[in-house]
Amino acid sequence: MSVETLALLVVFSPMVGAIIAGLFGRVLPQKVSMAVTTGLLFVAFFSAATIFYGHWSKTIELPEDPIRLFTWIDVAGFKSTWSIRLDAISAVMMVVVTSVSSLVHLYSWGYMSEDPHKPRFFAYLSLFTFAMLSLVTAADFMQLFFGWEGVGVASYLLIGFWYLKRSANDAQIKAFVVNRVGDFGFVLGIMSVFMVFGTIEFKEVFHAIPHHLKDTMDWGNWKLPALEVIGVLLFIGAMGKSAQFFLHTWLPDAMEGPTPVSALIHAATMVTAGVVLVTICSPIYENTHFAAGMITLVGAVTAIFAATVGLAQNDIKRVIAYSTCSQLGYMFFAAGVGVYQAAMFHLFTHAFFKALLFLGAGSVIHGLHHEQDMRKMGAVWKPMKITYAIMLIGTLAITGIGIPGTNLGLAGFFSKDAIIESAFAASQEGRPFASFAFWISVLAALLTSFYSWRLIFMTFTGTFKGDAHGHHDDHAMSDHLHANVAHGGDHHDAHHAKDDGSAPAHESPLVMLIPLFLLAIGALFAGVIFAPAFVGEGAHEFWGHSIYNSPENHILHLRHEVPEWVKFAPLTVTITGLFGALFVYFWNEGMGKKIAKAAGPLHAFLYNKWYFDELYEVIFVKSARAIGDFLWKVGDGKIIDGLGPNGIANDINWVSKKSVKVQTGYVYHYAFIMLIALVAFGALALTKGG
Amino acid sequence: MFGLPMLSTILWLPTIGAILILLISGLNKDAQKAAASARIIALITTFVTFLISVKLVMDFDHTSAAMQFKESIPWYGNINYALGVDGISVLFVLLTTFLMPLCVIASWKSVEKRVVEYFVAFLVLETVMLGVFSATDMVFFYVLFEAGLIPMYLIIGIWGGKNRFYAAYKFFLYTLLGSLFMLIAVAYMVLKAGTSDILALQAFHFTKDAQIYLWLAFFASFAVKMPMWPVHTWLPDAHVEAPTAGSVILAGILLKMGGYGFIRFSLPMFPLASLHFQPLIFTMSVIAVIYTSLVAFRQTDIKKLIAYSSVAHMGFVTLGIFAFNGAGLQGAMFQMLSHGFIASALFLCVGVIYDRMHTREIASYGGLVNRMPIYAAVFMLFTLGNVGLPGTSGFVGEVLTMQGTFLQSRIFAIFAASGVILSAAYMLTLYRKTVFGPLVNPKLADIQDMDLREFLVFLPLIIGTVLLGFKPQLILDFTNVSVMHLVDNLQTMMK
Repeated sequence: MSVETLALLVVFSPMVGAIIAGLFGRVLPQKVSMAVTTGLLFVAFFSAATIFYGHWSKTIELPEDPIRLFTWIDVAGFKSTWSIRLDAISAVMMVVVTSVSSLVHLYSWGYMSEDPHKPRFFAYLSLFTFAMLSLVTAADFMQLFFGWEGVGVASYLLIGFWYLKRSANDAQIKAFVVNRVGDFGFVLGIMSVFMVFGTIEFKEVFHAIPHHLKDTMDWGNWKLPALEVIGVLLFIGAMGKSAQFFLHTWLPDAMEGPTPVSALIHAATMVTAGVVLVTICSPIYENTHFAAGMITLVGAVTAIFAATVGLAQNDIKRVIAYSTCSQLGYMFFAAGVGVYQAAMFHLFTHAFFKALLFLGAGSVIHGLHHEQDMRKMGAVWKPMKITYAIMLIGTLAITGIGIPGTNLGLAGFFSKDAIIESAFAASQEGRPFASFAFWISVLAALLTSFYSWRLIFMTFTGTFKGDAHGHHDDHAMSDHLHANVAHGGDHHDAHHAKDDGSAPAHESPLVMLIPLFLLAIGALFAGVIFAPAFVGEGAHEFWGHSIYNSPENHILHLRHEVPEWVKFAPLTVTITGLFGALFVYFWNEGMGKKIAKAAGPLHAFLYNKWYFDELYEVIFVKSARAIGDFLWKVGDGKIIDGLGPNGIANDINWVSKKSVKVQTGYVYHYAFIMLIALVAFGALALTKGG
Repeated sequence: MFGLPMLSTILWLPTIGAILILLISGLNKDAQKAAASARIIALITTFVTFLISVKLVMDFDHTSAAMQFKESIPWYGNINYALGVDGISVLFVLLTTFLMPLCVIASWKSVEKRVVEYFVAFLVLETVMLGVFSATDMVFFYVLFEAGLIPMYLIIGIWGGKNRFYAAYKFFLYTLLGSLFMLIAVAYMVLKAGTSDILALQAFHFTKDAQIYLWLAFFASFAVKMPMWPVHTWLPDAHVEAPTAGSVILAGILLKMGGYGFIRFSLPMFPLASLHFQPLIFTMSVIAVIYTSLVAFRQTDIKKLIAYSSVAHMGFVTLGIFAFNGAGLQGAMFQMLSHGFIASALFLCVGVIYDRMHTREIASYGGLVNRMPIYAAVFMLFTLGNVGLPGTSGFVGEVLTMQGTFLQSRIFAIFAASGVILSAAYMLTLYRKTVFGPLVNPKLADIQDMDLREFLVFLPLIIGTVLLGFKPQLILDFTNVSVMHLVDNLQTMMK
């Protein structure tokens, strides 16, 4: 099959699945919808893998020009074509998206087994996958924005999948609206691109950059450098989608959605779209100083902020969510200092181990009958040995365990260390905020290790702290209320704590474990296998034209020449974090609670996520309500209507008259005016004619 | 078409249907049977009219900016009964004839009193609206432009809700104000130029001072029709009180007369004044976008919320028109047509639940998805369309008008773009409150999902919204030559 055919299969198989399950899911047997969507996703995956493997092993030549399907918009030079762009970035992203998505589809057969709305769920998952693929294969800014908003809607639909849950409904709106704040910047960025370059096609824009380096744009009375403006505005879009500092508040709440959704959308794929956007736009950012510095700064701040909040969360999914937020920060500052290759590599490995951690957490939640509070867990390792082993692999991968200078290490070791070393190299080169990013990245690595191991110890080791009976009643009640929430009342016997003190859980079915095995392989080996091509000696050939590095930018190479202490710094802090967590949560169970109490306000500050939600509630939500009320009641009511129609009406006491009489009165008056008009024209015409 | 002039056939066919309905009901003593025949005749008439207008669009040559299908009969003095369509008007003709059969089907059961008069009023209204979009004589246009208000006024006043008299009064008062100024302006122009032919008037050069006054007079009328802030307050009341099909026509077609007027008259006839007033229009438009979105956010009545949202969306249209560039004007045209689909569908969505529950209070609903999954899906699609999601027609108009505005002024574009955040907030909140959650109100316990008749009303709108979302060129190619012709003229005149 030609590479074009394969690409069409990748992008459109999920769409066909979404349409079949979405439109006919109500009439088809549930298993058919599930099988069709999952099967087509695997078709997409094998096609994507063929393209990726071909490019990696240099057996397939990716076409220079995108595959063009048909014109979307073409107005006065503002032109967008439905296309599939094939280059290294899209080849990597296609394989990431379809691999995680197909495994999540499969996993959902088990996780959602008792949900009555399975066809709808699978249709949304496939719809998401299609939108994400159209995002990563876009050949111009408009199609990218189509995919961008498409994944946003799919995320909205899936967060609120359990529509009876008020918290889920609120979370889905929050996710969409906060993303729209980012999109606000993104749209203005696209428009700036069109204004400056007269086109929105990537290729044409990037080729023309050398001619526009000194361009300025008028914004009111300001004359601003055009590329910096474009860079900042596009990055605001990326901040929304990738949950960066200030626009991050939606991501933890998005955990209200089913766990497979969190793994696919809110960890492995959609939230990385911002990183993809910045990487695609490397020709722009390589020519900016301010915008690139802003990316570095925001990325670094997010990395440390999210890591501190992750320390104090008790909901297993929220810990992983903040961890995602923090890792996205790593990817951004890597791109900000000019090492887009390392950002993409971390995106690639992160997709596997983060999806693994989420699906593993889902397995725990499933096994414990929808318990998510880690304070009510403990000792889960015994009934769920496979899940435990897999979570250990995921944790070793995310904390980046490996021996510097060798090829021994898990996926995160290769990609995270590449970023940390690059940040150091960039700081030597004087890149803006690079040394800040370097120190932050080391500190955040310490915290990452601590909270990741805290999760493992609180969940799997020690003694079971859940209240089996209370939980049982609670569960029964919620089942009654939320008829559509997955997982009915199976295995209710298993709720009672076992005599040996281990958790009353059950291991997940094979259909959920197989995706975990496969992701675990990725978490183990994706780093060592692909490091040479992504960030090593083969990088320039692998990425080709898809990533641009300015002639002065040698950071990718310089990172190999950093001092030994820099190379060992990540491993040192990771081990320190591990021992810290061992000390607090393993050797001295219960000590965590005491520390939290002793830390008082600091703990509250972290537990409440730096009070962002409270702050935004007051600044945006409450004030919007107050202004809306004011404009409605006073603006429209008292001022416009009061001075206008009602004022006139009161003067002539019109409205108070009997309705029928008034009604005929209107027609009469109106007809009278029209009559006058006609007479006037008649007279006019007569005088003219005469 | 059988030797008959095509535009006149389309124009008068609905009136012939109306006369037929009156005749049959005069012969028929049984009110039930008269009503039944009125429905069927109305449906057949509007559907045949639609088919003929499809033929009209297919025969239309969109590579030419000229008026086509021209007809002209001397009427009075140098005033002619003159018809013709170009790329700017032909699709409004199609939109009108497309929405009409849907209105008839939507009113099939929900209108119970004075059925005969109801359909007569609608058919007469159709003739008038089609006349507005196809008149090429200024005076003829003015007469129809104003005459359209009478049937609409009656539809609200007779078949409307509790507060219909207040709403009809407001509607009347506002429009009266605008019309008087426009009347004087039309009289002056015809006198001055010695012709009432629109094309001739477009070629006539008024002095800049004259343009300013004339522009203001037309503006008074079109701004009310759009409606623009701050003369928008009649619209929420009119929508709330109008029957469902009345709201559809109001939002789908009558509001577009304002935008059409700006494009047909204000821009080509008074280009210097249009440029002069650009800051005023931009200011009013962005206020409309932000102000009405914030107000929409606080509404407790579903129809009022959607009405305010319409005002916000029309703000994008006026921005696009007065951007004087291809993207802006094409976007404005597209936005008007797309809004004709999406706003109509949203009002029909309200109609579906209003017919069952007889309330428009958001608080009386909640959890509809539990009983009405098909309805929930349809409502979701149009909610997303109204939010301007790419892949629906709502996006294309918004992004093009914003791009047009952006090229003129970055600052105004910032304000306009903030509308996309607000629209998401109020529409999704409305959806959550009405559709999601558990069924709490016991009255909703056995509410029924959409039936086939109701679904058939939505089906063409669904197809249109999605198809135009992915292939907006279907419309943009039609309007392109005429709009670019206008843009070129504007730019030469402004130099």
